[in-house]
Amino acid sequence: MSEFVRDQWYVAAYGSEVGRELLARTILGEPIVLYRTGDGTAVALADRCVHRRFPLSESKLVDDTIVCGYHGFTYGTDGACVAVPGQKRIPRTARVPSYPVVEQDSFVWVWIGDAGKAATTPVPRAPWLADPGYATVCGMEPLNARASLLVDNLMDLSHETYLHGGYIGTPEVAETPITTEVDDEAGVVYVSRHMDDTECPPFYAESTGLAGRITRWQDIEFHPPCLYLLHSRVAPVGVLPNADGTDPDAFHVEVVYAITPSTENSTYDFWAVARDFAQDDAEVSDYLRESNRTVVLQDVDALNVLEKVIADEPAGYQELSINIDTGGLAARRILARMARAGDPTKVGS
Amino acid sequence: MTGPGAPTRMLRGEHVRRVVWLPGTDLLRGTCFCGAERDAEDPVELWEWLLAHPDHGGTPAVPTRPAPRELASI
Ligand code: FES
Ligand SMILES: [Fe+2]
Ligand SMILES: [Zn+2]
Repeated sequence: MSEFVRDQWYVAAYGSEVGRELLARTILGEPIVLYRTGDGTAVALADRCVHRRFPLSESKLVDDTIVCGYHGFTYGTDGACVAVPGQKRIPRTARVPSYPVVEQDSFVWVWIGDAGKAATTPVPRAPWLADPGYATVCGMEPLNARASLLVDNLMDLSHETYLHGGYIGTPEVAETPITTEVDDEAGVVYVSRHMDDTECPPFYAESTGLAGRITRWQDIEFHPPCLYLLHSRVAPVGVLPNADGTDPDAFHVEVVYAITPSTENSTYDFWAVARDFAQDDAEVSDYLRESNRTVVLQDVDALNVLEKVIADEPAGYQELSINIDTGGLAARRILARMARAGDPTKVGS
Repeated sequence: MTGPGAPTRMLRGEHVRRVVWLPGTDLLRGTCFCGAERDAEDPVELWEWLLAHPDHGGTPAVPTRPAPRELASI
């Protein structure tokens, strides 16, 4: 049974990855080829030639068309075939599906599902990633695990203490109680952990220059199925935002993940770290890029192991949930509901 | 660990369900948007109860919806 949530926007790539080379991505099991036209528009087409299924991503981009690398069927940006070899008549059905695409906040989003619903569904926002007031480092790590394991992982940051000690984890993360809120109509899960007086982990000490203990807030906003935002705020102990909402004496880091299922057992783990301090300091950028990538790979390693264990187990194993899982449980429930809504065979079940 | 910086209400929707891990305890307190409240030790059980709205199983429901003025100001 598929857990995929269709009729949604998913991050397929960073805008910087899509250019005049053909890029292959598999999203929710659908092979897609991405490229950019001469005028800069990003295009996403099904990555299988209608003739004999050769991957278009292994083919050639000629001007704005793809010429199949096997027998030369040629496709325009809308997926319609504009030329076939040896004959003038182009079969009426010679076309590959094209996907709605939106470029926003440094991401290339593609719509998976009923294209008619794309225009009325807003693309989730992560505005910091394209905001000149922030400096951003980012990457993407392929994960050999189902997307739900990454959702579980990100919704419960108490694991930082155990899996990411020496980087972002300190004892206080796991010790501090969380507050969780869910808005079903808006489709958002919020998990807040505010540490008033805590050790400063290297990730923040090195990047901000803060020495000594800090106030550290972690406020998670998950917009299922794809976009995860962690609003991270660090400041010297006791420094709080002003009553008017301004917060000049704190350091803000917006950590963004896009969780894009590739197949049932693999996921694209897009990660970005945007900061509102030391924006021009290349050393800070290098440090945060390397540290965050290390942290992401620690998760990737753990989740790859977990996927193998789960895949080999009979279905229906009994988990045990405790307080730290409150947010993750809420996220799972919304995802399950969305999967049912996008799958006509499951409605009402 | 939870002092002046503790979050109060975070999401602004009309139908927000909230679970607070009560500081210094192992207890979770669930609050439905209708005002019904319940404490539990198990988050699975607590979500089930919250999702059962409006059937909160005899818990007296005290409507504490935000005043219209607060909603309008968002
Ligand atoms: S497979 Fe593409 S032209 Fe034959
Ligand atoms: Fe992690
Ligand atoms: Zn209720």
